[in-house]
Amino acid sequence: MSEKLDRLAARLEQRFEGRLQGLERAHGELTLQVAPRDLHEVTRTLRDDPELSFEQLMDVCGVDYMAYGVTEWATESASGEGFSRGVEKATSGRFTFDEAPAGGTWDGPRFAVVYHLLSVRHNHRLRLKVFCPEDDFPAVPSVVEIWRSADWFEREAFDLFGIVFEGHPDLRRILTDYGFVGHPFRKDFPLVGHVEMRYDPEQQRVIYQPVSIQPRVLVPRVIREDHRYLHDATDGRSTDA
Amino acid sequence: MPEIRNYTLNFGPQHPAAHGVLRLVLEMDGEVVERADPHIGLLHRATEKLAENKPYNQSIGYMDRLDYVSMMCNEHGYVLALERLLGIQPPLRAQYIRVMYDEITRLLNHLLWLGAHALDVGAMSMFLYCLREREDLVDCYEAVSGSRMHATYYRPGGVARDLPGTMPQYKPSRWKSEAEVERINADRQGSLLDFIEAFTERFPQRVDEYETLLTENRIWRQRTVGVGVVSPERALQLGFTGPMLRGSGVEWDLRRKQPYEVYDRLDFDIPVGANGDTYDRYLVRVEEMRQSNRIIRQCVDWLRANPGPVMVDDHKIVPPRREEMKADMEALIHHFKLFTEGMCVPAGEAYAAVEHPKGEFGVYLVSDGANKPYRVKVRAPGFAHLAALDEMSRGHMLADVVTLIGSLDIVFGEIDR
Repeated sequence: MSEKLDRLAARLEQRFEGRLQGLERAHGELTLQVAPRDLHEVTRTLRDDPELSFEQLMDVCGVDYMAYGVTEWATESASGEGFSRGVEKATSGRFTFDEAPAGGTWDGPRFAVVYHLLSVRHNHRLRLKVFCPEDDFPAVPSVVEIWRSADWFEREAFDLFGIVFEGHPDLRRILTDYGFVGHPFRKDFPLVGHVEMRYDPEQQRVIYQPVSIQPRVLVPRVIREDHRYLHDATDGRSTDA
Repeated sequence: MPEIRNYTLNFGPQHPAAHGVLRLVLEMDGEVVERADPHIGLLHRATEKLAENKPYNQSIGYMDRLDYVSMMCNEHGYVLALERLLGIQPPLRAQYIRVMYDEITRLLNHLLWLGAHALDVGAMSMFLYCLREREDLVDCYEAVSGSRMHATYYRPGGVARDLPGTMPQYKPSRWKSEAEVERINADRQGSLLDFIEAFTERFPQRVDEYETLLTENRIWRQRTVGVGVVSPERALQLGFTGPMLRGSGVEWDLRRKQPYEVYDRLDFDIPVGANGDTYDRYLVRVEEMRQSNRIIRQCVDWLRANPGPVMVDDHKIVPPRREEMKADMEALIHHFKLFTEGMCVPAGEAYAAVEHPKGEFGVYLVSDGANKPYRVKVRAPGFAHLAALDEMSRGHMLADVVTLIGSLDIVFGEIDR
C-alpha cells in the first residue's frame, strides 16, 4: 500500500510542479493542496491523466477554519487552586447570534473546500484541498464540468458555508428551509439557530419567530497539551506506547 | 384538437412512494417526465454540526440515525475514521463481530429495500415476507445491544460487549398464543451464534421464495427491464457506488478492493449487472443477500472457535470495566475523565469509507486536538444517487419515477443528515 502511495505522490509532484501548494501524507492518505486559479486545470489532469485517472468525485465539503484550535477551558495554567473553573463561550453550542465571536486564532484563509477523489482503475484515493482567497466572499471555480456528481455537493457547501462555486449551473440552497437566512455550518452560526417555526392558532398558519431556547452544551471544548498521542506522520501510528 | 401544455406536478413530500420526505417537482409533457427537480432537506437535522459540539463518543448514536435501515454500517464508518486518527486497531474478535453485524445490517437493508421496492411497483406480498425475515435480524440487534434499531454497538477500539450466551425469549401475550411462542422460541434456546446459524440455514430458501415471486414475474419484468439505464461511464461520472455502480457493470466493492477489518480473510463473490437497468440492480442486490449470508456463516464459525477480547485495553480510549472501576482508583479517574470530558484526539484529518449496503459511506473527520471533532462530514451514498434521479427519469413515464426511486434505495436520514 505504501509503495503505491509513494508512486502516486511522485507522479503528482512531477505532474503539478510549480502549482503544488502542499502534498501531505498522513494515516495512509494523501492530501494535495492547490490554488483556486489552478483548480480547473489540476482537476482535469487528475481525471484524464492515464496514470492518475480519478474518474470519481466522492465528496465535496466545505470547512470553516475560523475557530480552529479554540478552547473553552484553559488548562495549561494549573496552579495550587486547580484548573480554571470558568468556561468561555467560544463555540457555536454556547453562544447566540449577538454573542458570536468575531474571529479566532487561525491566521490563514478562513474557508476551504475539500474534494475526495477515487480512481476505480488504479484503486487509489486522493484528497484535494483548496483555500478560498477571500474570507468575506469565499469563491472557488466549480468542477461540475469535470465530475457531474459535484453538482449537489457544491450546492450543499454553498448552502451550509456560503462558498460560491463560480460556473455552477444551478447554485441554489439544498438542505435548509425555503427562505432560510445565513449559512448554518459556519463556526459563528449558533447551534440553536436564529428562528423557530410553529403553528399559530390565532393566525391559523405556520409562523417564524426568534428562537426561544437557550444555548446549552455541557461539555466544554478542551485541547490537552500533554503529548499523549505523539504522532508519526509517516505511518500514522502512535509512537507513544 | 384541445391544446396540450406542459405542466408541473408536485410529488410528495407526503407520498407513500417517496420513501420518506422527498419532494419532487416534475415537469411533465403529458405522462412523460421532462425534468425532475428533487427538493431535499426536509429531514435535515444538522447531524454534522451537532457532532461538532459533542465529545467523540457521544456522536456514535447519531450515526445510527443517519441511514436508519442500516444502522451499524453508519457507526462503522464513523468509528473507523476515529480509529484511524487515534492510530488504534480493534482486536480480531471485534473485527469479526463487526463484519458479521455489517452483513446482518446489509440483509436488513436489502430486505426492507426489496419489500418497499416491490410494494411500489405493485407486489404487495413481498413486503410482508421481507419483514418476516427482518424480524429475526432485528432480534439479533436487540440481543447484542438492547436496542432493535439504534444500537450504538460499535465503539472506537472494538464493540461495546461480547456476544451474549443466551437469547431473550418471547412470552405468551394477547397477541401471541402459547403455541406461537413455543414455535418462535424454538430457535432461541441456545446462544446468539446458534440463533444466527439457524437463520443462515433457512435464509437461502427464503431468498429462493422471493425470487420465484419476482425474478421471472412478467409484470415485474415489464416494469423494471430497461427502466433507468445507466452506462458504466455515466455511473462513474455521477458518483455512483455500491449496488448502483455494480448494477451498471463496474466491478467495484470496497470489501474486496480496499478491504477493512477482516474482509480479506473471507470468501464471497461480487455480483455485477450487465445492462445497468432497474432489473439488473434488483438482481445484484438479491445476489448480495446470498453472499452476505455466506459471510455471516463464516463469521459464526470463526467466532465460535475463537473467544477473546472485543475491546482494546487502553483506558484513555475505552472506559474500564465496572468492577474494576469500583475497586481501583486509577480506573475510576479514567472513567470520570472519559465520561465528563471525553478523549482528546490528535490533530489531523482522516477519511474512512465502508461498503455500506447503499454504496460508499464515508466519514471525513478533522481534529484540531480537542475532545470534540472540528469538522465531521458524512458522505452519504444516497445523496449522489438521488442527484442522478433527474438524468435517469428524463423521458420515462410518471409511474417509472416511482420504480426509479425504489431502485435508488434512498433513505432520507442519510441524504438530509
